[in-house]
Amino acid sequence: MIIIQLRWVLSSLGLILALHAPYQATWVIVAAALLLAWRYWLAINQKKPPNSLLLFPLILLCAIGVLFTYGGLAGRDASTALFTLLLMFKVMESKSLRDFTLVVLLGYFLTICTFLFSQALLVAVLTIAPLLALTCALIALNQKNPGPHSDALISMGGNLISQALPVMLLLFVLFPRAPGPLWGVPKDATRGMTGLSGEMKPGSISNLSVSDAVAFRVTFQGNPPHPSQLYWRGPVLWDFNGQVWSANYTYPALSSNLIADTTPFNYTVTLEPHNKTWLLVLDMPIKTSSAGFMTQDYQYQSRQPIRTRMRYDATSVLRYHEVTTLDEESRNRALRLPEFGNQQARELGESWANETPNNIVQKGLSLFAKDFSYTLTPPPLGASAIDGFLFNTKKGFCEHYASSFVFLMRAAGVPARVVTGYQGGELNPVGDYMIIRQADAHAWAEVWLDGQGWVRVDPTSAVSPARIQSGIASALPASEPLPALSRPSPFKRLQLSWDSVNNGWNQWVLGYNQQRQTAFLSKIAGSKVTRGDMALWLSVLLMVIVCAIALWVLRPTLNSHDAIQTAWLKFQAKLARAGLQRQPAEGPLDFAVRAAQTFPACHDLIDSIVELYLPLRYGGIRDASKVGQLQAYVNKFKAR
Amino acid sequence: MQTTINDIIRLSNSVILGKEPQIRLSLACILARGHLLIEDLPGMGKTTLAHTLAQVLGLEFRRVQFTSDLLPADILGVSVYDRNAASFKFHPGAIFTNVLLADEINRATPKTQSALLEVMEERQMTTEGETRKLPEPFCVIATQNPATHIGTFPLPESQMDRFLMRIKLGYPDARSERTLLTNGNGREHLVNISPVTDAAGLIALQQTVSRVTVADALLDYLQALLDFSRSSPQFEAGLSPRAGLALKQCAQAWALMEGRDYAIPEDLQAILPSVAAHRLRSASGGEVDAASLLAGVAVP
Repeated sequence: MIIIQLRWVLSSLGLILALHAPYQATWVIVAAALLLAWRYWLAINQKKPPNSLLLFPLILLCAIGVLFTYGGLAGRDASTALFTLLLMFKVMESKSLRDFTLVVLLGYFLTICTFLFSQALLVAVLTIAPLLALTCALIALNQKNPGPHSDALISMGGNLISQALPVMLLLFVLFPRAPGPLWGVPKDATRGMTGLSGEMKPGSISNLSVSDAVAFRVTFQGNPPHPSQLYWRGPVLWDFNGQVWSANYTYPALSSNLIADTTPFNYTVTLEPHNKTWLLVLDMPIKTSSAGFMTQDYQYQSRQPIRTRMRYDATSVLRYHEVTTLDEESRNRALRLPEFGNQQARELGESWANETPNNIVQKGLSLFAKDFSYTLTPPPLGASAIDGFLFNTKKGFCEHYASSFVFLMRAAGVPARVVTGYQGGELNPVGDYMIIRQADAHAWAEVWLDGQGWVRVDPTSAVSPARIQSGIASALPASEPLPALSRPSPFKRLQLSWDSVNNGWNQWVLGYNQQRQTAFLSKIAGSKVTRGDMALWLSVLLMVIVCAIALWVLRPTLNSHDAIQTAWLKFQAKLARAGLQRQPAEGPLDFAVRAAQTFPACHDLIDSIVELYLPLRYGGIRDASKVGQLQAYVNKFKAR
Repeated sequence: MQTTINDIIRLSNSVILGKEPQIRLSLACILARGHLLIEDLPGMGKTTLAHTLAQVLGLEFRRVQFTSDLLPADILGVSVYDRNAASFKFHPGAIFTNVLLADEINRATPKTQSALLEVMEERQMTTEGETRKLPEPFCVIATQNPATHIGTFPLPESQMDRFLMRIKLGYPDARSERTLLTNGNGREHLVNISPVTDAAGLIALQQTVSRVTVADALLDYLQALLDFSRSSPQFEAGLSPRAGLALKQCAQAWALMEGRDYAIPEDLQAILPSVAAHRLRSASGGEVDAASLLAGVAVP
């Protein structure tokens, strides 16, 4: 094992560590890097790798560390951390070529593990660096010492990868896809996903509004509705215990009672994983794809928690009415209040009970229209949160308004419920789709009006019409903490372009599932494509690509002699331009020695060139890669 | 293999001081299965060089001092009637050895010279209808005083061609001479030197030499050199095809000594003066300048 080879192996592992740094515990990365540094130090000081008696306790220590940090050795995070550390220990004890080859191959695996944490475009692009370094390390391991220069190695590695690229693309596009993922991602992979929680208490939505994470993206067929109409329906909350709104149960809808009053909108949603079951749709959905099912309160739900990015189509109408009556159980549920607490609000509501439901709603809205203000940072509220808000602080976020409004309606005898979801969205002109971020999270109310059905009432719009008209950023003063991306800035355009690229990546690369594959290939073929067709195309195209690459790779061999001499003459011409002419009777070796003396700065490169040239021209060696290497050196050579 | 060669050169250097180029050329000649002619004034270390090489290579060594009354039978051997066996019995001459040092070959008569040179070429001899093979490896190292000396029979060109190489030793440099004067003749130390290899080892080396790659590119260069020697007006006659073969073999041997398994133009250039000079005759009379031959041909 010579130092150059070790340097390649160690630096490629270092690159992998850098790639993993955002996803693993800091101490794991630091410990792994220290082990690599230790190994390098041993090598340059020509010391033996440490004894296993020393390594074993260290391994045990690291395993215990992982156990304590992650609370176990299984699962995505703990396993990756353990694997990372063990790989470094493998490096510590590696001596032979075989050991290091194994390390490099495991390095490829560790690189792939990055995708367990993130499959973003940027991560995929960054993966190229360790991939290239590992390939170079593999080449270096298989070279006789001292081996080619590092730039020649990198170009060889790059060549190998670029030759593999067409095959990879072909396999990606044509390899028949399985309907689901091949294996499940461990449960802890979904930890830390943000989104609506399924219940609402003071602060739960204002917390979300500081996150600029994308919740979902929507592509409308045709023009999208006006921003003030964009209510994205999520969990519907019926049950209130004085503090928290929740939905203890819900029923699947047997049939839809909605009658559309306007032309419907068709759109496709790409939902980011949020580890919950609801699928967001525009208020109100009348038709959805088979990805999930509809509930009685018009929630669109998946049967499984959404742990990977998901696409579905839906159709919604903005104006509608319902042709049914409220059944007794739902009416009771929509009127139920906690038995005690919030006495003032209860009395205020009851004082409106004699009015018609429409007037009650108007009274509620007009209550908020004066004195109340909209803020992300409301003052703390006591045990009687609704009383405190309505009669004392009068400062709140959408959840305060929705919660108080529904409370008042129920006290006045109007069936009402809270709906959480998102409101608004940002049109990305670059990709012509809409981005809805967690910051757009919102809560509003629905009241039952006989003859109309459930009607959306947004008390926030009474307080802060700007929130509904043009988004949260314009509704809040500049001093409020908001994600930087929500406010207009000179980088907005750049940021939208980047999101558009990411969206393309999500749609076409990560979202390239079985349906997409079949649809895409059928579109190309002009008829329905079966898996057999795909396999046939795949084999034929693979053969074509491999033949093309083989021809290209073997091309220099076909006239390698000319290529060698051409390269050498080019080298001579370069030296001649720099003032060093080869004497006619001067042999190549003598000439190279003289050149190296004349231009000591490029001594090494001249040596490399002549060391390649002599065996190729006089040693009867036919090696296309060496010819290529010679050409590369000559091209790079500059006499100075 | 490389270490063997380096050891041979190193040990020989310790005996013959300051003559590394000549030692290398001599070794190349032996590796190429050729015979060596050393030409110089008396007392320049010719015999010491031959003796040293034989000793270092672990070969059987015999020496014949050539004089004007030396007869062919003295070298080749003679059949004597054995009275007890009632038949002729062959008594092998000095030539049945690995290394034969033919000291001052130009002092013997042409008859004796040609008898030796024939055997050198054939590596076998026929007397009384019986063919006897010479031992392998077989190498004649002949020394010769320059022809201008009194009482010599200079070798004709046709005979000179039989020698793969001709080298000259020349005077030692001041420092080597001082060491020589201080420590005495290196030949006295010869007994202390243990051989680096033996006959079998040398044969293996010789076989390796014949496997050294000579690419078309180098043959192009060699042929250009031969052509030039034949067409250039500065030489009375050009190099023979045998000379061409000799050049190729020596270049192979030199390449091996340089640690390569393929020969390059530099190898050819290194051995060319020693291989070609004694086979060429200058049109103007006098010594041939091999450097002019090299300078006249461009390396392709």
